[in-house]
Amino acid sequence: MEYFLTEQQRTMKSLARRIAEEKILPIRAELDEKEEFPWATIKELANADMFRVFVPKEYEGLGGGCFELALVVEELSRVCSGVAVVYAASALGSFTLMGYGTEAQKRKYLPALASGAKLAAFALTEATAGSDAGAIKTTAEKVDGGYLLNGTKQFITNGGDAEIYTVIALTDKSKGPRGASALLVEKGTPGFSFGKKERKMGIRASSTRELVFRNCLVPEENLIGKPGRGFIMVMKLLDLSRPGVGAQAVGVAQGALEAALGYTEQRIQFGHPLATLPVVQDILAEMAIRVEAARALVYAAARTVDSGVYDYTETSAMAKVFASDVAMKVTTDAVQICGGAGYMKDYPLEKMMRDAKITQIYEGSNQVLRNAIANDLRKRKART
Amino acid sequence: MNVVVCLKQVPGTTDVKIDPQTNNLIRSGIKNIINPFDTYALEEGVRIKERCGGKVTVISMGPPQAEQMLRESISLGADEAILLSDSAFAGADTWSTAYTLAAAINKLGQYDIVICGRQTLDGDTGQVGPELAEMLGIPLVAYVSRIEEITDRQIQVRRMIDEGHEVIQSPLPAVITVTKEINVPRLPSLRGIARSNSAVIPVWNSQEMGIDPNKVGLSGSFTRVVKVFFPERTCQAEILEGELTDQVDRLVDKLKAAGLV
Repeated sequence: MEYFLTEQQRTMKSLARRIAEEKILPIRAELDEKEEFPWATIKELANADMFRVFVPKEYEGLGGGCFELALVVEELSRVCSGVAVVYAASALGSFTLMGYGTEAQKRKYLPALASGAKLAAFALTEATAGSDAGAIKTTAEKVDGGYLLNGTKQFITNGGDAEIYTVIALTDKSKGPRGASALLVEKGTPGFSFGKKERKMGIRASSTRELVFRNCLVPEENLIGKPGRGFIMVMKLLDLSRPGVGAQAVGVAQGALEAALGYTEQRIQFGHPLATLPVVQDILAEMAIRVEAARALVYAAARTVDSGVYDYTETSAMAKVFASDVAMKVTTDAVQICGGAGYMKDYPLEKMMRDAKITQIYEGSNQVLRNAIANDLRKRKART
Repeated sequence: MNVVVCLKQVPGTTDVKIDPQTNNLIRSGIKNIINPFDTYALEEGVRIKERCGGKVTVISMGPPQAEQMLRESISLGADEAILLSDSAFAGADTWSTAYTLAAAINKLGQYDIVICGRQTLDGDTGQVGPELAEMLGIPLVAYVSRIEEITDRQIQVRRMIDEGHEVIQSPLPAVITVTKEINVPRLPSLRGIARSNSAVIPVWNSQEMGIDPNKVGLSGSFTRVVKVFFPERTCQAEILEGELTDQVDRLVDKLKAAGLV
């Protein structure tokens, strides 16, 4: 399908593909097996200017938006979702700063994020606050010279490996979610340590860790936006980032489709390649249709986000939900038609199936997002 | 540190055909690439610049379409690139190629080190680098696998030889030819690609370099390719059959008869 990419977008996509195939493909099984943070790959991505893609030009970026980010994430995820997530999580950790930060904050932090010298992370989830994000308990008490952070963040992508963290905490406990604020916290700040490193089913090259704050004093100038606006910023941020998760889902589904096609073309059963059997062709065709439909929706959503329209909650959620369900279905079917080989670790398909699952869960579970979409539908109906 | 890197555009395939008339490679219709060994030369040049400052200038003698390769070299870190192109350069052997490259380097003037790949994928001679050093009147170290130290005036390198390696010191300027062990070439960067798209690639002809047209191209070449052929197969395999112990006995007899055991 023709998506009418600009020359720059085509260059970003094709260079991301080249890095994925030349630098990530040879080590993806090892990264998955050892659950190792892919520093060498991150350096490759940084050297190729991939972290500049989503940063504005004024801060040494290339000025791309949600769509350009999606193109890169898709290509990385086509080969390894784990690496793609590390990359995308750094973007997620930078977006609040980019959208609401002061000029001084942006000057201070964005150039190092754009060069890839430093990674960012975003910290919202807590033990008691997953889908119910408003239930966070981490506090940021206003004291002389800044905010005193106390609490524990859970399941934080790039935790421990990122240098710059966007942390959502309550500056006014009495107001609940309306008392939440966003703070930039640098690794190494006294009182900021890392807890348990999680062992995961998929995206195992990425790190997922607890952030522990014990009387961690964050300077006042590290507050992003106004106090009490944290939750609204988070909602906006996640609307902006969801097409990226959709792109991750499209990438892994595309990878699974290609791997399944490659295998079923070669595998001879009943005297013919599997791919010539009608029952297998039916599944392959179904996979291809779903992948392309998901891609079209994700691209359209990302472009909508970049267009400057005010509200894209519904569009963005639709793209994430649809693409992630496609990824789960397509990777599962890919394992199925490749039979025993699909199930074995010698082939990439079982990894892809494990990697696909998270896309239905994080950045808003598909159930929560369907709920949000339905609410938007009802609100519109009520207005007319 | 002013670094000059010599690149050649070669066919990106090992399945090449020979023109029966000229005995040269048929290059049309084949996707061209940077000679793989030259990519290590370029990478090393860029690394020297990153370590010591200065700039990397890439030169290539070739047809107009070699401009694309020179653009690619800018995306990989070269600062500027010059194409040496003139219909008079066609059909050059290694001597007249080196002569042309030397003229371009002399025209560039200030340089501290010239880096070439150890040999090309197509011509395969490995002669241009050494000839270039001779014509420039500066030292040569061939088959360099590591630069151990480089200062304004001197370089210390490790060079590969059949039985191991030698460590050589040389004053600068000098020519080095490099092997693939020296580095892992980088991929292009997005900013590099943007720079390469807008780069101006000057084209120098023989007049601009002020060189004798009789010393370049086919007319300046001392060698002619007379014939290109596959060597005739002279060895023949014999397959022994029958019982295993019998086969072994016959094999031993044959080896004895041939005086091999």
